[in-house]
Amino acid sequence: MDGTVASKPANAVLELNNICRRFGITEALRDVSLAIVPGEIICLVGQSGCGKSSLLRIIAGVDTPDSGVLLLKDEEIAGPSRFVEPEARNIGFVFQDYALFPHLTAEQNVLFGLKGLPKKEARERAAEMIDRVGLYPLMKRYPHMLSGGEQQRVALARALAPSPSILLMDEPFSSLDRGLREKVRDETLTLLRALGTTVIMVTHDPEEALSAGDRIVLMRKGQIVQTGTGYDLHDRPNCRYAADFFCAFNKVPGTYRNGRIETAIGEFSCEATLAEGSAAIAYIRPQAISVGQDKGHIPGRITGRLFLGEVEQLTVQVEGLSEPLLVRTMMRLPATTNTIWLTIRAESLLAFSAH
Amino acid sequence: MEANLTPVPTKSRPYRRAGTAWLLSAGMVAILVMLPVLALVYQAMQGSAGLWSHLLTNVLPAALTDTVILLCGVGLLAAILGTTTAWLVTAYDFPGRGILEWALLLPLAVPTYIIAYAYLDILHPIGSLQGTIRWLLGYTNPREFRLPDIRSITGCIILLGFVLYPYVYIPTRAMFLTQTANLIEASRTLGVSRRSVFWHVALPLARPAIAVGISLALMEALNDIGASEFLGVRTLTVSIYTTWVTRSDLPGAAQIALSLLCVVVALIALERWARREQRYSISAQRSRYFEPHKVTAIKGLLLFGLGSLPVLIGFVAPASYLVTHAWKRFRFAGLSSRFLDDAANTIVFAATATVIVVILGLVVAYAVRLRPGPSATWFYRLSTMGYAAPGTVIAIGVLVVVGSLDRFIDKTTIAWFGISAGLVFMGSGAALIYAYVARFLAISAGGTEAGLARIPQSFDHAARTLGQTTEGTFRYVHLPLSKAALTAAGLLVFVDCVKELPATLLLRPLNFETFATQLYGEAARGTYEEAAIAALAIVVIGILPVVLLSKVGRPKG
Repeated sequence: MDGTVASKPANAVLELNNICRRFGITEALRDVSLAIVPGEIICLVGQSGCGKSSLLRIIAGVDTPDSGVLLLKDEEIAGPSRFVEPEARNIGFVFQDYALFPHLTAEQNVLFGLKGLPKKEARERAAEMIDRVGLYPLMKRYPHMLSGGEQQRVALARALAPSPSILLMDEPFSSLDRGLREKVRDETLTLLRALGTTVIMVTHDPEEALSAGDRIVLMRKGQIVQTGTGYDLHDRPNCRYAADFFCAFNKVPGTYRNGRIETAIGEFSCEATLAEGSAAIAYIRPQAISVGQDKGHIPGRITGRLFLGEVEQLTVQVEGLSEPLLVRTMMRLPATTNTIWLTIRAESLLAFSAH
Repeated sequence: MEANLTPVPTKSRPYRRAGTAWLLSAGMVAILVMLPVLALVYQAMQGSAGLWSHLLTNVLPAALTDTVILLCGVGLLAAILGTTTAWLVTAYDFPGRGILEWALLLPLAVPTYIIAYAYLDILHPIGSLQGTIRWLLGYTNPREFRLPDIRSITGCIILLGFVLYPYVYIPTRAMFLTQTANLIEASRTLGVSRRSVFWHVALPLARPAIAVGISLALMEALNDIGASEFLGVRTLTVSIYTTWVTRSDLPGAAQIALSLLCVVVALIALERWARREQRYSISAQRSRYFEPHKVTAIKGLLLFGLGSLPVLIGFVAPASYLVTHAWKRFRFAGLSSRFLDDAANTIVFAATATVIVVILGLVVAYAVRLRPGPSATWFYRLSTMGYAAPGTVIAIGVLVVVGSLDRFIDKTTIAWFGISAGLVFMGSGAALIYAYVARFLAISAGGTEAGLARIPQSFDHAARTLGQTTEGTFRYVHLPLSKAALTAAGLLVFVDCVKELPATLLLRPLNFETFATQLYGEAARGTYEEAAIAALAIVVIGILPVVLLSKVGRPKG
């Protein structure tokens, strides 16, 4: 796979080289290599079971790789010659279930990681961190007396209090309600950026990854599929899997010739490294098809309408295609409209080999 | 260029896996528990062939017959009492139902040898009860009228049944409460009458629970030595005891013990068979509690009377007997120094064993958490096997192990220093503690394991990434969070040690008495002196876990 590690950055804080991990016959991680620079927020994204959580556990040291080397600030922390216990790594972890100790108050939870400091200093540090997440008045409460969002913030304060060199977060927002999730996510990321924390965050939600990560690492079956910015992965996916992960494309079969893809609904120019005359599939975004009531290139018949609020998703049957096209439009069509005209804007069109 | 190639590190794992020390300790605990059983088998093989044939012709047939009759009778009685009472308190709503729900657990506090002890006196032909009956019927002489003798296998079955039925009552009631509500309502809408619901829906559904309950009750019946002995029933357990105590025949005792162990294995196999393909026993579905049927006042009174019968026979009667006799004795002589010695012995030994059992149980359970895998699971299984073995079997096994160890130490000290060390382990009571540990480890290991399983794995990882070592995680996270489970396990073990009779009888040091052995001795001699006070003390201590159980079994909300 290309795009795993183009070149190793000189100032990498964490470096993973060919990490492998098996559980019985399943390969949880296969030759994973990655380098992370200070202050970067990385989103590990992929479907459940793709190995993203296993990778996080290995970085934290609560699991050990079968082979490969893990370097933290150029020092081997897991590998053939050395294994550093998790408590000696100074890596913070925010868990999906927050893992707040129920027998300790919010303050005591934060103090838990500050055993190395003198008592007074530890208390000050804990108070400072709890204040930063806005929970100063609730410091003496036990976890069960806090709401989900508050618990998440205690978990964040607890993980950040010992000033970890890296903060790992495993689906940190997934147990929150939808409305609350975005608010907490924004606040959290603002705080992390302000502190300049290096973050590796695991998520299965493509939108969350696109919005949160400076860099996104897409994983599948224990391997890295593509690494890059959100724009890279969304606009220039390097394979069909990556494309499908971030967008529900219309897929139209065709043939690739002279930098163009020929399909039943027209010819479109596109950049792709495909063999001349090979079978290809054109990937067309639903929002890249414009709709006209009496103007356009392709006539179609509406077979389904799904109103989503800002946009409406139309299912449109087109002559020559076995599958209907999905179209997203901001236009408000009259309820009686049956036939429409479609125009495909080719600039965001992608082409992949059919095999 | 070959020389420049660095050797590729092949699968070498410098990464040490946490918990190796715990796993090894758990392995040692498993060996400790299994050793008596293995020694027992070895000792049984040592006996001459003549001994086997003697056993087969003279001892085993009678003992085995009595044991099997006893088991069948107790099993049937406990099943009937346990199931009907469980159905009564779940299916019907009547005044006093709430009290009955937990009162039905009370007979658990009365060990088998105490109920036998109490009823031998209560039902004595010239005792007050039979006297009253004769007076009511106008007879003057026991020769004219007397109740059938309690000292028979029938009497033994009845008495054991009335104290052991809660083992069936507890799981069956839980099953009725949680599992059957929807199904019973569904079957009623399908036209099944309330009465036949019990036979056609509830009872078949509760079969696995009943099977588990019966097997537990029968384990207790097999373990019993006092009741059978007092009531003149020669079970395998009694035969083991007399073979060793009166004939000092260790291989013989070991051989009978081995036969008893076979009965236990058969029992477990039978229980597995009885609940074969019963996979629906635990459903993850949230189910509602069963809504009981409100009955009329008269019918309610009748049901309450019916339901309190087992409590009266199994607890109220013997307990009031003990209270009155203990009070009489106390008024007459106060507490003798011998009684206080017995109390100290009982508490010191039970407490010592409890501490050890809780710690070792924690080791075994913690190894399962820290290093999940086949070895930890096997160590856990092996260390909890002692609970199925009757006290006499464990005691004979411990006797073999500790006896040979003592002889070895004695010989060594004589050879090296010229002085005899005597019987170090037997004489100090360490052998008895060993037996308690082997027998009751399952209680603490099981309880602790269940307690630890409720702590999410992410807590461990959180503690580690926050700078705690495995030991620190254990101390600051696991220990405080499993305190309740450990306390409950400790309480149960303590009470079981206090009540334990067969192993204590066989392994106690010379001239050493606990409440249980004192009671046994007096009952065996027929001298009813301070035994009532000792028995009362045991019953009072035995009520503690009943209180615990009644809280656990209560539906919330």
